Amino acid sequence: MSSVSPTEIKREFMKSKIGLIGVLILLSLVILSVVAITTIPIDTFKQWNNPGNWISYPKTAAPAWVNYFVMEKIPEHLILDNPTVVTKDDVISLTSHQFDVQYHYDDFPSDFIYEINVEYSGSQLLQISLIRPNNSQILLVSKSLPQSDSKITHHERIFSTDSNIKKNIQIHFSEMGFYNQNTTSENMIFANNHGDVLKGNYLFLVNIYSVNENVNVIDSKLIIGGKAYGMMGTDELRRDLAVGLLWGTPLALFIGIAVAVGSVTVGLIYGVYAGFKGKKTDEAMMRFNDVIYALPALPFLIILAVTISNSIFLLVGFLMIFSWVGIAKVSRSMALQIKTRQYVEASQMMGQKNSKIVFKHIIPQLLPYAFASIAISVPAAITTEAGLSFLGLGDPTFPTWGQILHDANIYGAAARGIWWWIVPPGMMIAITGLAFVFIGNALDAIVNPKLKK
Amino acid sequence: MFGVLMITLLLTIALVGSNMDVILKQGIVYQVRAEITENPAIAESFSTVEEFDKFIQDQIDQRIETLGLDEPWYSPQRVGFTMYKILILDFGNATFLTSDSGSSNVGDILLEKIPRTVLLFTTATIIISIIGIFLGALAGSNVGSAIDRITSAFAVISSSFPVWWIGMLMIFLFAFTYHIFPARATPSMLPTEPGYILALLYHMTLPLITIVMIGFGTWAYLVRNFMVGTMQEDFIIAKKSIGIDKKKIIYKHALKNAAPPIITILALSLSGSLGGAIITEAVFDWPGMGRLYFEAISVMDLPIIIGATYVLTVLFLISIFVADLLYGYFDPRVKTE
Repeated sequence: MSSVSPTEIKREFMKSKIGLIGVLILLSLVILSVVAITTIPIDTFKQWNNPGNWISYPKTAAPAWVNYFVMEKIPEHLILDNPTVVTKDDVISLTSHQFDVQYHYDDFPSDFIYEINVEYSGSQLLQISLIRPNNSQILLVSKSLPQSDSKITHHERIFSTDSNIKKNIQIHFSEMGFYNQNTTSENMIFANNHGDVLKGNYLFLVNIYSVNENVNVIDSKLIIGGKAYGMMGTDELRRDLAVGLLWGTPLALFIGIAVAVGSVTVGLIYGVYAGFKGKKTDEAMMRFNDVIYALPALPFLIILAVTISNSIFLLVGFLMIFSWVGIAKVSRSMALQIKTRQYVEASQMMGQKNSKIVFKHIIPQLLPYAFASIAISVPAAITTEAGLSFLGLGDPTFPTWGQILHDANIYGAAARGIWWWIVPPGMMIAITGLAFVFIGNALDAIVNPKLKK
Repeated sequence: MFGVLMITLLLTIALVGSNMDVILKQGIVYQVRAEITENPAIAESFSTVEEFDKFIQDQIDQRIETLGLDEPWYSPQRVGFTMYKILILDFGNATFLTSDSGSSNVGDILLEKIPRTVLLFTTATIIISIIGIFLGALAGSNVGSAIDRITSAFAVISSSFPVWWIGMLMIFLFAFTYHIFPARATPSMLPTEPGYILALLYHMTLPLITIVMIGFGTWAYLVRNFMVGTMQEDFIIAKKSIGIDKKKIIYKHALKNAAPPIITILALSLSGSLGGAIITEAVFDWPGMGRLYFEAISVMDLPIIIGATYVLTVLFLISIFVADLLYGYFDPRVKTE
């Protein structure tokens, strides 16, 4: 084994195209992780498995950009929480929240929900009305908020299935002469005279009337339910897949790199020590190595995950148990060669400690090989973790890519054609793996020049 | 090698033992209570509640003792007994799972599942290795050619895709979008019906294609690397300079010299294939060893877990042994060691 100096490796590596591509992919993944950690609050991913957190999101909505590729525009799921606020102070004060909705889609929305969180005292009147693109105005809801003498905070959700809305719509459209009993409220108000979608600007007006008392609207949100949402769409449990995919990146990198670094370090030291000591120690250590080698890895990983714990940190440890074996074998045989070199023998004769010889003279020689094996063993760790998660044995507190695929499989995403639930997580796994395979191959070609020719 | 086997067994028992005891004890309690509720005469024969409770407890303790559960699972007696029984290939009865024919004998269940896994995964491994060896030989003898680059690129790319994810995509494409193949790999008819074999083969196509597609790249790449090494040896260069046909050199001389490591890998992957990729079988719902294993672990069916681990480890060790023998045959240099 010829030793290669670090500068030489660097120079050779810069020449290798796939190595650079690998580094580039890895860099973008790291950037993605940083973006995920800094922009998405940790709360969101802790709430990943809490359905309550995702209630205002649509169910199995396609990614929003699909609309660029299809003729029939899928209604996008709109969450409007930035209304234009108009206030008038008179004998009767008025707080008006105006939501402007540009509706240019070819299908009706699935529903709409108005959510308000308001602080007030006394009695208030809440009115929601709608101005349609043809300038007709419909009163949807008119209700008084619960009377209270002291200051209270009131939270209310008004759904499009509300019977008041239905009644008001019936009154309005009956006057126009085309009310259809079987049509839902949202289909009525977003339709033209022929029952097709009426495109244009809709203005939702939420007015709160009160006498003297001041009203403080904390939160006001209008949700127009659609079938397309965000960058990556949503899944059956209304979760925004973009959040899961983004958070999966740092997790996958952590798992992959931690397992690879840990197992290579352990394997390297173990193998070198066995090779250096030789004789009975070597024999015993290599037999132990054989035992681990002969264990069926995946079944054992499953047993460990089921019986001990499926915490992500323990999982990293379990993965290490099964992945240091091969490296130990190779580094032992390399150590056997280096051991016979004169400088090792010289330092032995000088009476240096064994640990010093191993760490100072032998291991540095093997470092280039170690880095190559770290890069090569990362993808295996990532795919194994993804596989375990896919079987439903992952850590439920962290959304990994494997778990997204597990959920997709359970809810029959393939059968229902929900491709945005299957393709992106797998692509991410593959791309991450690919980055490390590229880097590993480039390093390997430098460390083992025989392959290059 | 025998020691390795025993340690594997011990580890398995150690990992699942304690859970198994809890399950078994709960089973006994449930059984006793069920018997008493079925037979009201027992309850009537007691005058006080305490006496009745004591009777139940006695019954439970008695049964726990007869099954030997009063000793902890790690007592040498019980572990030794379990290991002895496994050594004579008596795996006992499964706790929950049964074979298709209804038998709960672990041996029967394993015998039923192994042929199916062999059918799918071993076939796939053989196809993969044949394609891989030829492609690898071709690529390795023309380093830098188009075919070499494509093979290497394909190998690198395919090795980072999880097989089961490709499986999901294949199901999505060929089962649901273009209804060509069935989505579930388990035929819906009974094994006794005449068309069963054909149905099984038809159901096997999609998983087989998937496994082969993902697998052969890595194989070709390995073979290529061995070939590159061999093609640089002096005797090959000498043969080239004499003017021997290139094809003859590749297939007769170079491949034969690259054979030892290839044979080793072949033997190992053949035995590895018997375990069936647990996850792949789960995706395709293939009723083989892998799915059995997963089902057994999810319901903690100890006898099956131990039996399957044992069989897999034995097969793996045998194949390591065979690979060593073959290595010696193909490369006589290692014999002298």
